[in-house]
Amino acid sequence: MVEVNDVHKSFADKHILKGITATFQPGEINLVIGASGSGKSVLMKCMVGLIMPDEGHIVYDNRDFTSLDYKAMREVRREIGMLFQGGALFDSSTVQENVEFPLKMFTKMTPEERMERVNFCLKCVQLEGVNKKYPAEISGGMKKRVGIARAIALDIKYLFCDEPNSGLDPVTSRVIDGLIRDITKEFGITTVINTHDMKTVFDIGDSILFIHNGHNWWNGKKEDVKRSENAELIEFINASHFG
Amino acid sequence: MSIFYHLGRYLLFLRQMFSRPERFRVYWDRTILEMKNIGIGSLPIVAIIAVFQGAVTTLQIAYQLISPLVANPVIGSIVSDSSMLELAPTITCLVLAGNVGSHIASEIGTMRVYEQIDALEIMGINSAGFIALPKIVAGIMVIPLLIVLSIFLSNVGGIVAGNASGILTPDEYIQGARESFLPFNLAFSLIKAFTYAFIITSVSCYQGYYTHGGALEVGSSSTKAVVASAVIILFSDYLLTQLLL
Ligand SMILES: Nc1ncnc2c1ncn2[C@@H]1O[C@H](COP(=O)(O)OP(=O)(O)OP(=O)(O)O)[C@@H](O)[C@H]1O
Ligand SMILES: [Mg+2]
Repeated sequence: MVEVNDVHKSFADKHILKGITATFQPGEINLVIGASGSGKSVLMKCMVGLIMPDEGHIVYDNRDFTSLDYKAMREVRREIGMLFQGGALFDSSTVQENVEFPLKMFTKMTPEERMERVNFCLKCVQLEGVNKKYPAEISGGMKKRVGIARAIALDIKYLFCDEPNSGLDPVTSRVIDGLIRDITKEFGITTVINTHDMKTVFDIGDSILFIHNGHNWWNGKKEDVKRSENAELIEFINASHFG
Repeated sequence: MSIFYHLGRYLLFLRQMFSRPERFRVYWDRTILEMKNIGIGSLPIVAIIAVFQGAVTTLQIAYQLISPLVANPVIGSIVSDSSMLELAPTITCLVLAGNVGSHIASEIGTMRVYEQIDALEIMGINSAGFIALPKIVAGIMVIPLLIVLSIFLSNVGGIVAGNASGILTPDEYIQGARESFLPFNLAFSLIKAFTYAFIITSVSCYQGYYTHGGALEVGSSSTKAVVASAVIILFSDYLLTQLLL
């Protein structure tokens, strides 16, 4: 479980997050939606500590992440996987080396055990036979899948995805959605996804956080979205074709 | 931004970097790889510069000292000393700042703008240490070796040029070089080499690590790394010479 407690963040004179409070449950897909520029990415970066919030706390299963020193923070981060928009693969390493990397750094596995785990993870994301390719030689969707494989190489408890579907075709988008859902359910991971994609919302979402004007404007289960009377949320949903 | 801002952030960067590696073996492998990149990659340019610099210095000293009162071996001793004390370490490292420094800064800058550094952080890795430490250690181990090679080759250049132009014979050159040789001069040269190696690698890592933006900023980080390393090298050259000679 990840708790976000009254998080504020400003850049210069721009107040982006004005007190966000939310709870993200394990084994669930927690979606964060909102207009472009509403601060979804900033919130996610605050949650994993890439940006320090000005105020407020992020708590990972009773560990107050925001008050930890760098070393203790790194300990918590080993339980976190994150999928970046562009994949963020190391481009001088092959696909296989990318996925193997966290295992090399943090486990005492033998090379054979590592290979087995790498192949298992690549199979989870339906990528086989690309082990020896470099990131520059594979497509955007494949990079994202390698990114997922790398994120789950270690046994993670929290998974963060910033717009996992942006720039992908609808078919690949559904594949990635399905992968994230399966991984979340199978391993009981606390998954947080930033998205614009309403199809993702209605396909795999469990709970939804709608950010508007820097506040958590609406917060609830997917089933309740359509019954909500929150004008901004209705407008946001209706702007897509799924309203 | 002020020089003090950069100085402070640079020192914090160094402090963050020097922490216990998560996995020593991985760091070591990366260090070996970087040694190969820096050493082999810079060998040709270092060799060419050394030979020509030795040759030109010999011709120039001969031109300036042309007088029946000056014995030929003196030319050998001046060339070999100035190569060792100043020309080999400083000129070579200024060139390495351009060569190695820009490469390091753009490599790390690219990792920054494509979020690879963030990815390392999220894995729970000390990204500053993981990226910079192997490069700095490799630089400190390899660059002094390049300097020693450069000293040797500039004397070879001096001997060849002196002989080819009929200024002095190889025997005279070597005699002069041996008479004026002081072990301290070599030590001084190596102190310079270690200092410059640290400056080039750490300043370039720092510039690359704090790149913001996109491809354009990677280019500008790389330029800044070269300029900053070069200026700091010249400044510490002055300081070391003042303090130690
Ligand atoms: N490092 C930064 N420095 C200054 N301003 C920033 C920084 N990062 C984000 N911002 C600003 O914060 C605001 C929110 O950005 P953010 O990237 O979180 O939006 P978002 O909700 O993720 O949008 P999108 O859906 O388009 O990805 C933007 O106005 C952006 O300009
Ligand atoms: Mg975003």
